[in-house]
Amino acid sequence: MSSSPLRRTALDAVHRALGATMTDFAGWDMPLRYGSERDEHLAVRTRAGLFDLSHMGEITVTGPQAAALLDHALVGDLGAVAVGRARYTMICREDGGILDDLIVYRLRETEYMVVANASNAQVVLDALTERSAGFDAEVRDDRDAYALLAVQGPESPGILKTLTDADLDSLKYYAGLPGTVGGVPALIARTGYTGEDGFELFVAPADAEKLWQALTDAGSAAGLVPCGLSCRDTLRLEAGMPLYGHELSTGLTPFDAGLGRVVKFGKEADFVGRAALAEAAARAEQNPPRVLVGLVAEGRRVPRAGYAVVAGGEVIGEVTSGAPSPTLGRPIAMAYVDAAHAAPGTAGVGVDIRGTHEPYEVVALPFYRRRK
Amino acid sequence: MSNPQQLRYSKEHEWLSDAEDGVATVGITEFAANALGDVVYAQLPDVGSTVTAGETCGELESTKSVSDLYAPVTGEVTEINEDVVSDPSLVNSAPFEGGWLFKVRVAEEPEDLLTADEYAAFSAG
Repeated sequence: MSSSPLRRTALDAVHRALGATMTDFAGWDMPLRYGSERDEHLAVRTRAGLFDLSHMGEITVTGPQAAALLDHALVGDLGAVAVGRARYTMICREDGGILDDLIVYRLRETEYMVVANASNAQVVLDALTERSAGFDAEVRDDRDAYALLAVQGPESPGILKTLTDADLDSLKYYAGLPGTVGGVPALIARTGYTGEDGFELFVAPADAEKLWQALTDAGSAAGLVPCGLSCRDTLRLEAGMPLYGHELSTGLTPFDAGLGRVVKFGKEADFVGRAALAEAAARAEQNPPRVLVGLVAEGRRVPRAGYAVVAGGEVIGEVTSGAPSPTLGRPIAMAYVDAAHAAPGTAGVGVDIRGTHEPYEVVALPFYRRRK
Repeated sequence: MSNPQQLRYSKEHEWLSDAEDGVATVGITEFAANALGDVVYAQLPDVGSTVTAGETCGELESTKSVSDLYAPVTGEVTEINEDVVSDPSLVNSAPFEGGWLFKVRVAEEPEDLLTADEYAAFSAG
């Protein structure tokens, strides 16, 4: 990795006071876990967890042609997003390869906030800036303008309600509204990456500690605990959510990743990658590529990213993410496998775990779906 | 965290008890357990097999990674901790006690095992 010093979030002192185990994540010194990552995972599934996600990359796009720029630069139909709503979308190269997956919030008619993965934030910023040529719109690097805290889990609405007058009941999934939480101005978004109900709170870095403390105090009775990136990864894996660098890469189009639905060919704008993506869509239709599936272990050895998926002595795929699942109590993985072996229940599929073929069951994603 | 004074330690972060009737107990240190995170699977050597000092004899899987388990001494495995096999979290909750891994009839012991204080300095640094 880079030899430059790690960036620290506005909550760094809080993490250290809590005794967090820290890790280098995309150049940021981030909390990996505070105690047991399994306990943190289960807290989010059953109660609530508090995350520092300030490494995520915020990019603001403003101006009369903000919507037109994003419709050109991204594969989604951002002009169709109502003010106060958000979309999961992607930014692709001209050849259709995925540069990043994004959440885009429409804050005003002429203002959007694009949230990129930390590892890709610079790439996304550069691509948006380059693609903004000729549009009456400004692309602004707002990575240092925000700290991002997330409260996730079934108790999170109740906890947040004690700290804000905002109308959370009418705040839908993938919606965001400006408000005040614990005395701190915040963009309150009902989004997350855990498979649970929850909120992401974008605030000024100077307010981050105050908000963290307010959420900690408000959540203590409900069992809220601080949570690190380790459990965030197992939570999103159980929820079948892709992670850039694992399930998504420049070598894959959205259609290869089973996420072709994010590509909106129906929008009027020509957009970067349209021709290549149209070909990729047709290819996927005629000759299915490898399919992203779920694998559940029959044994206890854990598949890791890069391990071969095997059947009948042949390599038929590759694990992209794997971990012990705290909810299922067994190791699970996401893997790209040949279409012939992708149907749930396909017999005879295994993972090569350091030389031993361990049996795995092919299942449909996600592994976990919360009860509404 | 404190490393029990009566144990000796390897640079691969295993601990070794004094032998009783020639049999010593082996586990991993609290430092190692904390570094691994939640242990979810322990593959321990077979009872009756011979392990060799400094060589791998099993593996420990945690959420994030798999780590080799090294034998701190050479000898025959006389017993494994079945409690850890069924509940690997014992390695995290009680690494020096209920989370012990296996017992070995010591045939040969390397000369470079560390004292508790030496290991504390080694793992700090």
